[in-house]
Amino acid sequence: MSAASKIALRGVTKSFGSKKVLQGIDLDVAPGESMVVIGGSGSGKSVLLKCILGLMAPDRGSISVDGEETVGFNDRSRARVMRKFGMLFQGGALFDSLRVWENVAFGPIQSDGMKAEQAREVAVAKLGAVGLGPEIGELFPSELSGGMQKRVALARAIAREPEIIFFDEPTTGLDPIMADVINDLIVKCVSDLGATAVSITHDMASARKIGHRIGMLYEGRLIWQGPVADIDHSGNAHVDQFIHGRAEGPIRMQVRKL
Amino acid sequence: MNIPLLTVLGRMSLAFLEATGAVTAFAFHAVRQAVQPPYYRRQIISQMLEIGYYSLPVVGLTAIFTGMVLALQSYTGFARFSAESAIPNVVVVSLTRELGPVLASLMVAGRIGAAIAAEIGTMRVTEQIDALTTLSTDPFKYLIAPRLIAGIVTLPILVLVADIIGILGGFLVGVYKLDFNDTAYLRNTLDFLEFQDVFSGLVKAAVFGFLITLMGCYHGYTSKGGAQGVGMATTNAVVSASILIFTFNYFITEAFFAR
Ligand SMILES: Nc1ncnc2c1ncn2[C@@H]1O[C@H](COP(=O)(O)OP(=O)(O)O)[C@@H](O)[C@H]1O
Ligand SMILES: [Mg+2]
Repeated sequence: MSAASKIALRGVTKSFGSKKVLQGIDLDVAPGESMVVIGGSGSGKSVLLKCILGLMAPDRGSISVDGEETVGFNDRSRARVMRKFGMLFQGGALFDSLRVWENVAFGPIQSDGMKAEQAREVAVAKLGAVGLGPEIGELFPSELSGGMQKRVALARAIAREPEIIFFDEPTTGLDPIMADVINDLIVKCVSDLGATAVSITHDMASARKIGHRIGMLYEGRLIWQGPVADIDHSGNAHVDQFIHGRAEGPIRMQVRKL
Repeated sequence: MNIPLLTVLGRMSLAFLEATGAVTAFAFHAVRQAVQPPYYRRQIISQMLEIGYYSLPVVGLTAIFTGMVLALQSYTGFARFSAESAIPNVVVVSLTRELGPVLASLMVAGRIGAAIAAEIGTMRVTEQIDALTTLSTDPFKYLIAPRLIAGIVTLPILVLVADIIGILGGFLVGVYKLDFNDTAYLRNTLDFLEFQDVFSGLVKAAVFGFLITLMGCYHGYTSKGGAQGVGMATTNAVVSASILIFTFNYFITEAFFAR
């Protein structure tokens, strides 16, 4: 395991019953790098992120963060490492019983013990960083459009200025223009923080924009990894089929014949 | 023909044991997290309001009609033996020992058990619980412990209120419908009332409060698969809490009153 990696995975496997989702993932992400993992729906992209975060325990394999093995951590060590992470969930996962500013200030208040007054200022600043005015902070998440919810979720993910940020399908369900706004915000936030980022997506425009390096997840393995510039001449038929969105090719969707 | 039946019974017993084990493990973990800091005081207070204060109307209505019907029914029964004077006694003992805690808890189970399961279940399927964890907040401490604590603390208070309102209901029927002398009715009630009756009812209430909130939290926390999963969690929370209330009611009664 290379000591320079921010995140290093070796032979990570995860099954649900008889369903093998991850079947031996090896992945290195360097400090300050933005890694994008692409793959079809249900290919295990979210499961991969949740294993790294410790929200799920992998069946086998090693996951290290800053050279520290995190598989099998107890609650306290887990909490310490969790402090390094920020996560933007697929559906936003905003707390619907709390106001927008309370959502953004949640990490600073609840786990870093910041006073509410000060955390509110932090929340307003972070909302500003994603292009939302302070008046939005008084609303509840259910009063916001999908694109605004994504931005609030982004503000919450960066509120504690994490070293590592994960983005789970940040542009899914948004119109192309809002998707590009989110892409720009992600690029800006990650570079402002100097953070390491891992994003998962099946939106190639997003992958090209936010990624330095791309890996493709297929049948539980990363079948190709390389710099973004190489994605168009990867020499891998699976990658080619995916990035061009063709129904014909080596990847067979499991759909019944009509 | 015997073998399939045995197989089915065997499978059901195994599934039952497995579920019991899972719930017990969940309960132990929840209690351990509840007694260790940090305590989320605001969460605890808002849950106490939700579970205790806002259940008062439902519990009060249940109690007053239960007390009234108890007086009426025991009158029609006891008049045959000219034992009408035992009515205040019957009302107060059955209310404080059994009907107060059991009926109030069943109403709260329907109201609160379902609400907790729906809320925590929705948080589970929309990844809000995972989000809590990534914000270094233990969902057991932030979501589950406040509800358990509120259940254990507020149910006895609710039941005490139910006892008083139920006795009042019996008194109203006794005095205005059955022509009891009001001071005699009250004196009878107080003479018969024993500390043990009320105390056993309050112990039951605390246990039921724990069971109701535990079932709501457990089914919500372990729910999966979207809206349908959350719906199932709500149903299961209410049904399992109700069954547990009846089961524990018997054993607590036995512990207090059986010789
Ligand atoms: N908690 C879970 N229990 C059972 N199966 C799961 C669970 N989480 C994910 N899966 C299964 O793992 C597979 C990959 O899921 P996921 O990582 O969410 O896919 P995606 O690549 O679209 O993010 C899916 O088939 C899903 O059904
Ligand atoms: Mg996903």
